[in-house]
Amino acid sequence: MSEKKLAIIATKGSLDWAYPPFILASTAAALGYKVEIFCTFYGLQLLRKKMDLKVTSLGNPGMPMPMPMPVLLQALPGMQSMMSLMMKQKMKSKGVASLEELRGLCIEAEVKLVACQMTVDLFDFNTSDFIDGIEYGGAATFFEFAGESDITLFV
Amino acid sequence: MADFDQELDASGLNCPLPILRAKKALAALSEGQVLHIIATDPGSVKDFEAFAKQTGNELVESREEGGKFHFMMKKH
Repeated sequence: MSEKKLAIIATKGSLDWAYPPFILASTAAALGYKVEIFCTFYGLQLLRKKMDLKVTSLGNPGMPMPMPMPVLLQALPGMQSMMSLMMKQKMKSKGVASLEELRGLCIEAEVKLVACQMTVDLFDFNTSDFIDGIEYGGAATFFEFAGESDITLFV
Repeated sequence: MADFDQELDASGLNCPLPILRAKKALAALSEGQVLHIIATDPGSVKDFEAFAKQTGNELVESREEGGKFHFMMKKH
């Protein structure tokens, strides 16, 4: 069986949207794929030493709510943290892995994590903000791997 | 129930953890040995079929018993 390749671009930095790249990457690696995740813009949050990601219902009418709540109420201070905490608790109760666990499994399976250098500079991040063992590169770096990949996904 | 060499209880775990744990457990087995996986995630039924197809391991048995899903995966 020849080795397949999966290239993912991760652009979102919220608790919910951090899942697809890590779930797909870790699963693909378990299936024998060689995987690379290129993290750009808010996707850089996936590479931070401490992933303190939040979820918001604002601008997201599709998010199931435990109780109906007017949008203005959802914008009150503390609501985002409360919803993020509730989401994490729900995930735990349903046996959904934490992001830290999934990221650890990705790293263990040798998924290559690449930080977009341009956005690292743009947001004034320092390499010490990120976990060790990642690479830094630009669009051309992504295409070097993506160009020979069987699947490419933009998340 | 067929014989097995090792058991993995993935009860309560959700996608993709049962697959990832199974992959890890299989890595520790030798060719021809059988891993018995127990899961409660209903999605795991199709997922283990797909896993076997793509990795070349053989799904010898897949059944539901007492609200749990049991899989016998033979390492190839």
